[in-house]
Amino acid sequence: MFNKILLASDGSEHAIRAAEKALLLAGNNPNASIDIVYVVDGDKSKADVLHNWNSIDIDQKRKEKLTFTEQKVKRAGVDYQIKVIHGEPGPSIVKYANQNDFDVCVIGSRGLNSLQEMVLGSVSHKVAKRANCPVLIVK
Amino acid sequence: MNLSTIKQSWFGNVRGDILAGLVVALALIPEAIAFSIIAGVDPMVGLYASFCIAVVIAFVGGRPGMISAATGAMALLMVTLVADHGLQYLLAATILTGIIQIVMGVFKLARFMKFVPRSVMIGFVNALAILIFTSQLQHFANETWQMYAMVAGALAIIYILPRFTKVVPAPLVAIVVISLIAVYTGSGVRTVGDMGELTQALPVFLLPEIPLNMETLMIILPYSLALAVVGLLESLLTAQIVDDMTDTDSDKNKETRGQGIANIVSGFFGGMAGCAMIGQSVINVKSGGNGRLSTLTAGVFLMVLILVFNDLLVQIPMAALVGVMIMVSIGTFDWSSLKTLHLMPKTDAIVMVTTVATVVFTHNLSIGVLVGVVLSAIFFAAKISKVHVHSLMVEEGRKKIYVVTGQLFFASVTEFISEFDFKEDVDEVDIDLKAAHLWDDSAVGAIDKIVLKYKDNGTAVKVIGLNDESSKLVEKRAVYDKSNAKAANH
Repeated sequence: MFNKILLASDGSEHAIRAAEKALLLAGNNPNASIDIVYVVDGDKSKADVLHNWNSIDIDQKRKEKLTFTEQKVKRAGVDYQIKVIHGEPGPSIVKYANQNDFDVCVIGSRGLNSLQEMVLGSVSHKVAKRANCPVLIVK
Repeated sequence: MNLSTIKQSWFGNVRGDILAGLVVALALIPEAIAFSIIAGVDPMVGLYASFCIAVVIAFVGGRPGMISAATGAMALLMVTLVADHGLQYLLAATILTGIIQIVMGVFKLARFMKFVPRSVMIGFVNALAILIFTSQLQHFANETWQMYAMVAGALAIIYILPRFTKVVPAPLVAIVVISLIAVYTGSGVRTVGDMGELTQALPVFLLPEIPLNMETLMIILPYSLALAVVGLLESLLTAQIVDDMTDTDSDKNKETRGQGIANIVSGFFGGMAGCAMIGQSVINVKSGGNGRLSTLTAGVFLMVLILVFNDLLVQIPMAALVGVMIMVSIGTFDWSSLKTLHLMPKTDAIVMVTTVATVVFTHNLSIGVLVGVVLSAIFFAAKISKVHVHSLMVEEGRKKIYVVTGQLFFASVTEFISEFDFKEDVDEVDIDLKAAHLWDDSAVGAIDKIVLKYKDNGTAVKVIGLNDESSKLVEKRAVYDKSNAKAANH
């Protein structure tokens, strides 16, 4: 029933847990495909440009971050593609999810306490509120 | 560039560009004023510069969506010029900076950017952040507790407000709120008006009032060179960041020329030299701007604000500006480099720290960059000069083969020669250079020396496996393969 799955990932532990659940959703469904989406915001852009020689290096570093997730998906034999998009994480994921008519969006929760959440804002919360598709927040 | 791409870069994103331009203009005002104060000139000099540079670069820049204006990096370089010789010399230096940058653009020097190592660039932004921060400390001297409280208040607003709304730039709100408090409590803290004049007029074309002679040139040239290099470094770095954020490419040589044109115009209209701004460009793209219209809007709206709100600008307390500058320095610093310092290659970390230390010590970003580049070049030469020589005996100990791996050049030859054993009792020696490369005369000389020494000892020597480039060099410069050769020829 979930054919088009969006997996938001930044390569963190939470994102890897989310990947496991995304694969569970895709399990035994030959039509399932997963878009692994990595959002790069302005500050990350600045840091990546400063720390790498050129755009090829930057590209590679970002893909490297997702290697573990990618391997998991690959091993499960599910169709996938990696998408790096630029912008604020929350709105960018929402935009991508809504534009491409995903059936479900899977995202890791960072597990912040209430103060951190007030200060940092929760990406998963924003996505859950504004995406048109069902959202699975993985703890 | 054809008409449709020009149209796209100007009107491809009208709504986003205009909104982002307005946000940037608001954020530019306090920075332009504060950078003027750092340079030691009237606030109008920085504001005029920001207006001229932003408007001109919108038309002639190579990176649409990037914001250029008066910057901290440039302001810090001008301090002594302004203090020793005054504003007119700064304007002349600004024009000369522009000319140098145009020449650099015409000769396509932007490609040499790749020779500036990343560790130097990280050192550059970190040093810049530290200098902006320390330049604010003088404003705390002999101040009242009200001033300290206002700085703290400004910082609190700047960092807490964005959690609730991002519609208006938090630094602007901080400035408005702190100004209101200062005016209504009559606390008498120092204001922008105390630091210099703010006139309510459009900039006009003026020739700098300086004697046009060699002496003047000698005064401004070192400053202009430093300004040109630092301006381009920050501009091209910013262009790369905007490239990445917008996932598009840009013409770096056009940008180099554009920066030059913008600085010339700025100098003639009473503005100081400037360059691209990392922070403002990130704000612009985040606010939805990515076209030339955003930069133009920022410049024009900045001028409108100066003309309309002139009376209010002079009442901004210095405390609020200091708060904004502290935010700018925190935002400029590359905090991730502190976290990864122990993971970096040791030489990279040394280069980074040396660059920062040099800048902080000399108060000159260009010297720091120069020292950083030279130091990393030395490290690179040291690293690459490690030559491995591996030897093996064949034919029952009658023949020895030396397999050489690495780069042979002036820095590596001494170690290379010491790897050979000339006293050994063999009939034949092969020097296998398949995995080596000869770069210069010293390398050829070293091979000569080795071959001739073996020949003197009556050992037959063969040099094998030279690659094309190396063998061309050998043909031209070596003597070992010519008759009656002597090592002394080198």
